[in-house]
Amino acid sequence: MSDLLFLIIAIPLASSALLLVGGRFTDGWGHLLGALAPVASFVLGLVAFFELEGGSEESLHQHLFTWIQAGSFNVNFDLLFDPLSALFVLLITGVGSLIHIYSIGYMEHDERRGRFFAYLNLFVAAMLLLVLAADYLALFLGWEGVGLASYLLIGFWQYKDTAAVAAKKAFVVNRVGDFGMALAIMLMFATFGTMTFEGVSAGMDKVSSGTATALGLLLLLGACGKSAQVPLQSWLLDAMEGPTPVSALIHAATMVTAGVYLVTRSNYVYAQSDTAQTAVIVVGLVTLLWGAVIGCAKDDIKKVLAGSTMSQIGYMMLAAGIGPAGYAFAIFHLLTHGFFKANMFLGAGSVMHAMDDDVDMRRYGALRAALPVTFVTFACGYLAIIGFPGFAGFWSKDKIIEAAFGQNLIVGIGALIGAGVTAFYMTRLMIMTFVSEKRWAKGVHPHESPLVMTIPLMVLAGLSVFGGVLLLNGWIVDWLEPVVGPEVHQDLPIPALAISLLVLALVVAGVVVAWMLYARQRIDAVAPYRVSPATRAARADLYGDAFNEAVFMRPGQYLTRSMVYVDNRGVDGAVNGLAALVGGTSGRIRRWQSGFVRSYALSMLGGSALIVLALLAVRLS
Amino acid sequence: MTGSEMSVPWLTILAVLPLVGAVAVMLLPRRDPDQAALPKQIALGFSLAAFAVSLVIALKYDSGDSRFQFVEQHNWIEAFGAHYAVGVDGLGLLLVLLTTILTPVVILASWRDADDGRWSVNSFFAWMLALEGLAVGVFAATDVFLFYVLFEATLIPIYFLIGGFGGARRSYAAVKFLLFSLFGGLLMLASVVGLYVVSSDSASGPSYLLEDLMKADISTTTGRWLFLGFFIAFAVKAPMWPVHTWLPEAASEGTPGTSVLLVSVLDKIGTFGMMRFCLGIFPEASRWATPVVVVLAVFSVLYGALLAIGQNDIRRLIAYTSVSHFGFIVLGIFALTSQSQAGAILYMFNHGLSTAALFLVTGFLVSRRGSKMITDYGGVEKVAPVLAGVFLVAGLSSLSLPGLSPFVSEFLVLAGTFTKSITAAVIATAGIVLAALYILLMYQRTMTGPVRESTRHIRDLRPREVTALAPLLLLIVVLGFYPKPALDVLNPTVDSILQHVGVEDPAPTVAADEGGS
Amino acid sequence: MSPTPFLVLSALLFSIGAMGVLVRRNAIVVFMCIELMLNASNLALVTFARQSGNLDGQIAAFFVMVVAAAEVVVGLAIIMTIFRTRRSASVDDASLLKY
Repeated sequence: MSDLLFLIIAIPLASSALLLVGGRFTDGWGHLLGALAPVASFVLGLVAFFELEGGSEESLHQHLFTWIQAGSFNVNFDLLFDPLSALFVLLITGVGSLIHIYSIGYMEHDERRGRFFAYLNLFVAAMLLLVLAADYLALFLGWEGVGLASYLLIGFWQYKDTAAVAAKKAFVVNRVGDFGMALAIMLMFATFGTMTFEGVSAGMDKVSSGTATALGLLLLLGACGKSAQVPLQSWLLDAMEGPTPVSALIHAATMVTAGVYLVTRSNYVYAQSDTAQTAVIVVGLVTLLWGAVIGCAKDDIKKVLAGSTMSQIGYMMLAAGIGPAGYAFAIFHLLTHGFFKANMFLGAGSVMHAMDDDVDMRRYGALRAALPVTFVTFACGYLAIIGFPGFAGFWSKDKIIEAAFGQNLIVGIGALIGAGVTAFYMTRLMIMTFVSEKRWAKGVHPHESPLVMTIPLMVLAGLSVFGGVLLLNGWIVDWLEPVVGPEVHQDLPIPALAISLLVLALVVAGVVVAWMLYARQRIDAVAPYRVSPATRAARADLYGDAFNEAVFMRPGQYLTRSMVYVDNRGVDGAVNGLAALVGGTSGRIRRWQSGFVRSYALSMLGGSALIVLALLAVRLS
Repeated sequence: MTGSEMSVPWLTILAVLPLVGAVAVMLLPRRDPDQAALPKQIALGFSLAAFAVSLVIALKYDSGDSRFQFVEQHNWIEAFGAHYAVGVDGLGLLLVLLTTILTPVVILASWRDADDGRWSVNSFFAWMLALEGLAVGVFAATDVFLFYVLFEATLIPIYFLIGGFGGARRSYAAVKFLLFSLFGGLLMLASVVGLYVVSSDSASGPSYLLEDLMKADISTTTGRWLFLGFFIAFAVKAPMWPVHTWLPEAASEGTPGTSVLLVSVLDKIGTFGMMRFCLGIFPEASRWATPVVVVLAVFSVLYGALLAIGQNDIRRLIAYTSVSHFGFIVLGIFALTSQSQAGAILYMFNHGLSTAALFLVTGFLVSRRGSKMITDYGGVEKVAPVLAGVFLVAGLSSLSLPGLSPFVSEFLVLAGTFTKSITAAVIATAGIVLAALYILLMYQRTMTGPVRESTRHIRDLRPREVTALAPLLLLIVVLGFYPKPALDVLNPTVDSILQHVGVEDPAPTVAADEGGS
Repeated sequence: MSPTPFLVLSALLFSIGAMGVLVRRNAIVVFMCIELMLNASNLALVTFARQSGNLDGQIAAFFVMVVAAAEVVVGLAIIMTIFRTRRSASVDDASLLKY
């Protein structure tokens, strides 16, 4: 299997290339090919997974070819299939396959469906490269590849200005993160002379704490960009302009979790620097609350889910920042989140499909009767995310909050509050969409989606319910041990059971508050105008965009404008000024050329006289 | 080099072939532009033949050998010690290949661009071929005097190409370009004369041969003055801040094909010269100048990028991105590490490809709508998806997206610089964020959004245009994933340059694995 | 024999000729003044040849004469043409070739 690892990436890549080059010729069968590619990769991934599980080796390697070599700089295209990569490969291809199948139905009426599948396949290939690379630079290639796919897919309906702007924004904000990633890789090269995971982890215990901290913070900057963590969070909500399967695959289940992968993968870096670890925790904690607050105020169903995604990734970051005690749970939550969030995004897509692409929940209501399958599957995801006992999210989130308490009381309380807020906004979403009274726009006749869309929903709902089995007998902790090290036992300030009960109590409180506010009262079809400053701030994404605009965009525009002026007037002006001076002077002098022969004769005479005089003067002296 | 390999003067054939073609095209009877397919076909034929010859050279090139290959040497003016001496190493070979790849592409892409020029169609294609021949000569010259003569001679065809076939302000642009270049050339001439004085003092008499000059004993002060003469000439050509202002005019006013030859090929002479002559003849002065040059280069990176963001004229925007990219190249050359220099050489090649693609595709776009202003476009992707797709790939290569060839070179430059100066590397890396802004802003404003009335009738790319662009895009993608052939060729060259300059790569601060890598 | 009177005469003739070129407007008169200057120089050449006792100066004088003759041919032809087209032989009228 080791020799066939490349096929996992190559199949979707080839399919993508074929669809892109084939263009209109692939219209008839392109979507089938596109959907088949991740399924094939999934099968291969499963084979590799079982080989790894059953075999004695800790990981599978494949050396493909030398990518870049200059002096001591040597980067190979090597693939590494270790326990961590294995889980990601299965998540990406598994959830990816379901979303591809769903897209067949969802994009049926789009004339560029083939193109859509080409981009999706490109994304899958790049994401697989990201998790299979054995080297930070190759990882960076996948990292930017998913960024490109995300750009293309957010802007898939580019004839809408909002989509085009959102796509550009996502790419540019991600580039800020890439700035950190690129510098981190350069620092690795300068420090270790290599950029492989193996080489860096081997050399890590010999570096100074300053270098380790710098490396940790730079990687964190990269992770913040890709995973939409504060302060680079602003692009994710706008990214919802993309088609809904894209939001499900890229902006919920896989790509945005790449930051968590990066931090987990680089656990040996963070092991050397407490500062960097604390930074990860702070970023995770701030984001989990930030996203949750935004989720409470949005009326756009996809934006609520996006805020929730931010918040849940905040949980994962938080867990990853805690260190060996949290890595396994970060990944565990990442997987369960991948299941239930993809489930809910696809469910939201199904709702939008039924409501003529309306995303405003204020015009939904009472959809449970019209969309029974969507409702039931969505409810499974809902119960999973709020942490209803027994559902997947319960196990994973509970463990993270436990670890947070083990780290620090404040962190623990923050994570606890986040759980309550999550319950509130998700209940709000459920009530506004499926319960309450009809507030549909005129002419809307909701209808259940076709089977090709509902089957993936059912599978994902099943995973949302039973995803917790991964924790059975601590399986996932043992499985990840070769990568992140053994689990460290933490001393908890309060018993674990008490924490679980506290979480449950807060979740119930969140649900009840939402019920009182939304189910017992009439919901306006238009968002109320007079609201508290807190609501207004949450609606404005806590002024993240306003901040960026005021601090970066406007001064930047002013800077470029004034530089253009300086370049034209100053730098070029100096040159043109010199030219004008020469031109002006010669313009004066040429007036001597009067055209009168006698004045020429006079100047000749004068000149000769001067020469004679000069000769005489020389002779005399 | 043994005698049997000497027998075929490949480089001379390669340089003379396009010149012969130029004369042949020029001598053809002038016809009505609508029926003038023959000169175009002949020009394309000659450029393809030259490409074939260059392929032969590339295949016969021994990448394990860092010395000059395909060497020819004949006395020319013995009193000066000037020779007709040519040969290529990894650096020269890549740039020669770039020239021979781009010329047929440009000729094919410019098929109709000369039809309404001031002069005949024949002369347009003849000048292009002449430029190719002279550029090959410049990149192959191993004699400073020969290099100088050809360096100045390249100005003639490009002057006529801009001045005869460009936009409304073409003559202003052509004269400005010529004056800047002549100013630089004049300083270089002074240094060339100075080299004669220095070398005629030596025991073996005057010689302009590069190999003799590399061994020449030049005093520190003299060396620094002569270095400045060469460096300023190359900086004007490159172009670096603050002597860049001719480029936006020239690139904006010439035809797209002219701009490609100007920016992708001729401007490389600047950075080529810095590596070959500044580092080769004046290693001490180069080390002395490094701090200032690195600062200027980093400044150029950010300056070009910021100005590109502020442009509304597509062609000027691309010209400013080139100022930024040339900043990277110069940074790579003067960071003096094997990564940064390998990156710089590869960057010259890759920038040639990506900028050519960008100029050509925007040229096709402009020719359809008749405006160079970004604000006059919008929603083109909907009506011309292939054009938009090609535009996007070219743009992404310009912003160094990993997986496309410019990324490899840019990252090598930055990684190499990082080991020498963290500050310079950090500031230059900020350029990648700005690059995303200028490319994607342009793409968003021209290609996306609702289709506008003015862009509704834009046609998608014709087969001829796709054929011209396809090889460029293919190379960009292939070299992005597999740059090994190019790196194999240039690594020995870089090693020998660094050895000559007398610098070594800084060792990693922590040895990762015992035994080293 | 002292060369002084000849040289003084030569200088006088040359000055008259130069003055004539500068102040007169009629092309024919200017032309004749130029001839006067040429002949003044001829006189000086012959004088010096006589003084130094070899023929160099005389040969130079012959050259001047030949050149002067050729000049007359071309010059008169030009003046004729100008006069025909402009009905004027004033040198100030033909002042278009300027700046």
